[in-house]
Amino acid sequence: MNNILTQIGIENYIFLCVTLFCIGIFGVLYRRNAIIVFMSIEIMLNAVNLLFVAFSTYHQDAQGQVFVFFSMAVAAAEVAVGLAILVSIFRNIGSISIDNLKNLKG
Amino acid sequence: MAMDTNLALVLLLTPFLGFLINVFFGKSLGKSVSGIVGTLSVVISFIVTVSFFLQINQTKQAITIQLFDWIQISNFNVSFGFLLDQLSVLWLLFVTGIGSLIHLYSISYMHDDEKIHSFFAYLNLFIFFMITLVVGSNLLVMFIGWEGVGLCSYLLIGFWYKNQDYNDAAKKAFIMNRIGDLGLLIGIFILGGLFSTLDFASLQTAIAGAHNVDTLWLSIAALALFIGACGKSAQIPLYTWLPDAMAGPTPVSALIHAATMVTAGIFMVSRMHFLFDLTPEIQTIIAVIGGVTSFVAATIGLVQNDIKKVLAYSTVSQLGLMFLALGFGAYEVAIFHVITHAFFKACLFLGSGSVIHGLHGEQDMRKMGGLKKAMPITFWTMLISSLAISGVPLFSGFFSKDEILMTAFHHNIPLWVVGSIASIMTAFYMFRLMFLTFFNDFRGTEEQKHHLHESPALITFPLIVLAILATIGGAISLPGNSWLNEYLAPLFTKAASEEHGLGTTEYILMAIAVVGGLVGIGIAYAKYIKQNTVPNEDAEITGFSKVLYNKYYVDEIYDSLFVAPVNSLSKFFRDYVETGISSLVFGLGKVTNELSFQGKKLQNGSVGLYLFAFVLGMCAIVSFLFLAQ
Repeated sequence: MNNILTQIGIENYIFLCVTLFCIGIFGVLYRRNAIIVFMSIEIMLNAVNLLFVAFSTYHQDAQGQVFVFFSMAVAAAEVAVGLAILVSIFRNIGSISIDNLKNLKG
Repeated sequence: MAMDTNLALVLLLTPFLGFLINVFFGKSLGKSVSGIVGTLSVVISFIVTVSFFLQINQTKQAITIQLFDWIQISNFNVSFGFLLDQLSVLWLLFVTGIGSLIHLYSISYMHDDEKIHSFFAYLNLFIFFMITLVVGSNLLVMFIGWEGVGLCSYLLIGFWYKNQDYNDAAKKAFIMNRIGDLGLLIGIFILGGLFSTLDFASLQTAIAGAHNVDTLWLSIAALALFIGACGKSAQIPLYTWLPDAMAGPTPVSALIHAATMVTAGIFMVSRMHFLFDLTPEIQTIIAVIGGVTSFVAATIGLVQNDIKKVLAYSTVSQLGLMFLALGFGAYEVAIFHVITHAFFKACLFLGSGSVIHGLHGEQDMRKMGGLKKAMPITFWTMLISSLAISGVPLFSGFFSKDEILMTAFHHNIPLWVVGSIASIMTAFYMFRLMFLTFFNDFRGTEEQKHHLHESPALITFPLIVLAILATIGGAISLPGNSWLNEYLAPLFTKAASEEHGLGTTEYILMAIAVVGGLVGIGIAYAKYIKQNTVPNEDAEITGFSKVLYNKYYVDEIYDSLFVAPVNSLSKFFRDYVETGISSLVFGLGKVTNELSFQGKKLQNGSVGLYLFAFVLGMCAIVSFLFLAQ
């Protein structure tokens, strides 16, 4: 019917999501700026969300989309908390490079 | 019936109330009030006892009181109840009677002690437990009292706990008693197992009707009960605690370790007479142990120099005589001697307390002498009691001891000889004590001599009362016309001691006993008055008397036989077993510690590394999930 998947195949979504996820992972691993790391994590999260939606449409099942709403709500809360932490770290040590966060050394 | 229950509760609970008051408010009440409370509570018990006694003497009916069901397991029932019969009321009479006198005495004797309130608390608690022991209607209630008096004995022996020797004596008494208590418990278990009841009355019917019960079990039960009696009444081999128990204050020695608690064993055997009657071989053991104890203790008593030690060994010896009578099934004779002994031995102990009081704590007879003038009342009362214990005619001890020896003569001549020799020795060491203490010149320091004085009225009054009782106490069971035997007749239906008519044999026996006693006194007179001998200093004692003075080294033998092995066993456990266990435990701790010491290096604080590890882990999980499929 009016299924978007008939025009763009499901495999394209999967490739896109995997690519986005890997970009996220490498961002997390290589960047030292905490905000960028944070953004990378969000990219990974949204890659997964996208995959959820794609499969949901593929299976003609709304459950996956419902799940994405939850996940987005949680992510929003997490962003608020995470950014607040970053702000207070910056206020305390004047930098947000994760290499400087070594106070928890065992 | 309800009246009886209430009265019995008053009898039992007033001493306990006295205990509570003295424990919680004793300090704030002050010394005199604390003593008065303690004394009054026992006097009330005594008055109640007298009323019970009059009632039972008239009706000749035992009073049984069931308070509540205590233990119920299938067909095994134990109720909490009292049995007030001729035997228990008789015991109550002198427990509370002599108890009252000794409480009165203690008010003055202990007046300078800081902890006088706890002293009276313990004494009251003792009376409470002693009453429980005596009136319990079954073996288990009796056992509560039995353990309780042991506890009080421990507390009071170690009353002056700052002296380590006294603490050791208290522990020794407690541990020795525990050995006996174990025997008693085993006996109770066997009887409970055989007959599913512990009630005295039901046991009596059950045992009498038990034809299908193995007599071996009955004998084992009787023997176990007798071991319990041995512990409490200081018989061989468990007697060594009693002389050491003299570490306690003198009123305690008089009340607990002479007149009342140590007779609990005799009480128990008399209570369980229906069991012992069926086990003649155990009765023989009892008689032999009684006879040997009375002899051995008397020989040790011959050379002791501590005034209280002499009396302690004399107590052990007299208890031995009582067991001798019990062994022949002559319960009323043993009970008779228990009563007269309670009078004169309490008097002797209180008298020695008065002497010690007058000399400010001196107990060594070698440092006494010549106290007759300074302490006339103490002297006369103690003299009367000594005459009584030596078996001089017309004093109470003469009648009771004579009956024991007569019974022994009719059953077993060798034991009669042993008992008679013990009696002669008793006469000797008692008068040795009297002569060394009261005659000749004073051998103490000038300062003590200056302070010599008769004790105050509160001390002399109980002495006088007890001396009177020691004189006339024999009247309750005159040969041929015995009120006591008649009174106890409903209990010992078997008429265990056949009435010996007063034939020629009896008169000869009596004459032998009297002459023996007089000879003992005479030897003491010749040695300590005529020759004015004073016993040697400890270091100069040699030969056999050294063996006697050191009590046959029984303590040392027990030390090397039992105490030393146990000590080395505990040392082994401490040095090897415990070290092993703790090295295991500590080893585990050390391994954990080492691991975490290495592990903490992973936590190096580099967020990048954490993230890398996190991603690596996730990859590992994902690949694992794929591979697992």
